[in-house]
Amino acid sequence: MAQAINQALADCLAEDERVFVFGEDVGTLGGVFRITDGLAAKYGERRCFDTPLAESGIVGMAVGMAMNGMRPVVEMQFDAFAYPAFEQIVSHVAKMRNRTRGTVSLPMVIRAPYGGGIGGVEHHSDSSEAYYAHTPGLTVVAPATVADAYGLLRAAVAWPDPVIFLEPKRLYWSKEEVTLPAPTEPIGRAVVRRPGTDATLVAYGPSVQVALAAAEAAREEGWDLEVVDVRSIVPLDEQTLVASVRRTGRAVVVAEAPGFASVASEIAALLSERCFHALSAPVRRVTGFDIPYPSPKLEHHHLPDVERVLDAVATLQWEDA
Amino acid sequence: MAARSKAPGVELLPSAEPVRLIEADGTAVPRRVLPGPTELRAAYRALVLGRRFEQQATALVKQGQLAVYPSAHGQEAAEVGAVLALRPTDWIFPTYRDSVALLTRGVDPVEILTLLRGEWHCGYDPYVHHAAPQCTPLATQAPHAVGLAFAAQARHEDTVALAFVGDGATSEGDFHEALNFAAVFHLPVVFFVQNNQYAISVPVSRQSVAPSFAHKAVGYGMPGVLVDGNDAAAVLSVVGEAARRAREGEGPTLVEAVTYRIDAHTNADDATRYRPDEEVAGWLSRDPVARLSAYLTNSGQLNVDVEAAIAAEAEDLAADLRTRLVAELPPPADELFAHVYHRPTQRLRDQAELLRAESEER
Repeated sequence: MAQAINQALADCLAEDERVFVFGEDVGTLGGVFRITDGLAAKYGERRCFDTPLAESGIVGMAVGMAMNGMRPVVEMQFDAFAYPAFEQIVSHVAKMRNRTRGTVSLPMVIRAPYGGGIGGVEHHSDSSEAYYAHTPGLTVVAPATVADAYGLLRAAVAWPDPVIFLEPKRLYWSKEEVTLPAPTEPIGRAVVRRPGTDATLVAYGPSVQVALAAAEAAREEGWDLEVVDVRSIVPLDEQTLVASVRRTGRAVVVAEAPGFASVASEIAALLSERCFHALSAPVRRVTGFDIPYPSPKLEHHHLPDVERVLDAVATLQWEDA
Repeated sequence: MAARSKAPGVELLPSAEPVRLIEADGTAVPRRVLPGPTELRAAYRALVLGRRFEQQATALVKQGQLAVYPSAHGQEAAEVGAVLALRPTDWIFPTYRDSVALLTRGVDPVEILTLLRGEWHCGYDPYVHHAAPQCTPLATQAPHAVGLAFAAQARHEDTVALAFVGDGATSEGDFHEALNFAAVFHLPVVFFVQNNQYAISVPVSRQSVAPSFAHKAVGYGMPGVLVDGNDAAAVLSVVGEAARRAREGEGPTLVEAVTYRIDAHTNADDATRYRPDEEVAGWLSRDPVARLSAYLTNSGQLNVDVEAAIAAEAEDLAADLRTRLVAELPPPADELFAHVYHRPTQRLRDQAELLRAESEER
């Protein structure tokens, strides 16, 4: 996946001279995850460059650049390192189009490695999607596949609104046989990754792989589970989610962020409102606990795994149980 | 980088006394080069219009036509001088207190007051006037000026970006980050601190113990300049030089205009709680409009006829503002959903439909 993101950035830089890639350590080093490896060497230090260590400055500078016709792509080194830029994101990035009555748009991408599962110490494993999803004006996407990492990032750079691009860092080293660019669905579309008839697992980002593994394991229990990859948290493809759950009659939403006031909660509420008469059981959420992200040696307790998903599926009040 | 020179930073230091070209009584400071008569007369006109606009806006608050008005009464020379020192293609990044700057830029007074009237956030088109929306969160627009200048430089345009900030805003992290970025990337930015002595009620002594805000520039490796913010001629000259430096590739400058906010922070503020009347009176005697008027009159550059014509123009501006502001209708409610994304999401379309149905029921 890391290579797919690198390829997407390289292709954007090659095709559009308005694109700039910058952040902390993205130049010579190629990023702490090597996502920007080789870009500065190939496209020059004016197009891919290191900034002073200041997230608010990075995002704020991107705002001014986007106002003046550029398409900046900035990197927040880790999910929780983006918080110093939060005011810029909430007060300006998200609102500029609205404040100016549609006159000033900000086509820019804020990339952030997000989520846990890599043994990072504190401040390196947050799932911050709810903060962004809650803020009107931001588009929020999270790829779960190699093809999507490329396709969604290309779409994000071309998107006329600011995009928060959440990269599941534990999938950086995931491998797929795929020739890029592979065809992918656009921003705003969810995808059924695995068809099934008994229940729908809704997931995004790193949790899609967990859901797929759970669906595979569920076959032993005789359950045929559908897996829907949300991909685009904002705008949310309600239609695909609702159609799936109306078909299967049961749903579990899987995400690793704390569950309280979360994207998972929003999706669960939406499905309850719109699928109530088709539901044979309450919609369940399987999320991280409502705790600060734990230390590496304890994170396996926190992260939803196949077992926890299957336990939730088991409570879906099967008629023949 | 300048800071690596033999006497690090010394050449970047501001003078001990603010640059002044015209004394408070209107006499020219000896051995100083003043801007030309055309520029000074333009500044005088902008000062008079700005002052009248301020008075009218303040009156409109009292009449309940504006939710609030943060007055720049007393600071007009700083705003007028900074804007007139730039080219119309240069960008300004104003704060909520910089309405006179926008007026000087040629923005329609009704459009300036859209934000404060509570109809929409920014009433003017930033691209028409090369003026960013008035910024409320302190110093957050400063990094935008940096980014805009970066993009201009990348396109080989000689645009300069000027960011207005107040004394309070210099304590914010974004102020620091913006100056540092502008210096590191050697960008054409002018940071213009209007030191009006108070951040709401907190005096500058509680904001910083630096000798001046202009001194902060040294730490970033850029020149700092102190200027008398009540002297339009001095501001024109100092900002003009900073803009020239920026345009010619010499990098950013930090300018501190020393001035005073005569009115309270807004109508919600009681300034008598935190500053003595004598202090206000002292600054009233340094009034920027009277100062330039006296200089121009004494030097034969302004006669009663021109003065009367400008005064009449200011009255027309105020009358027109009163009439049109009261007549202005709020935008249709549908617009609430129109400018959140380039295309409203399904959710927003549903909510717009709900609002339409609600309005029809009523």
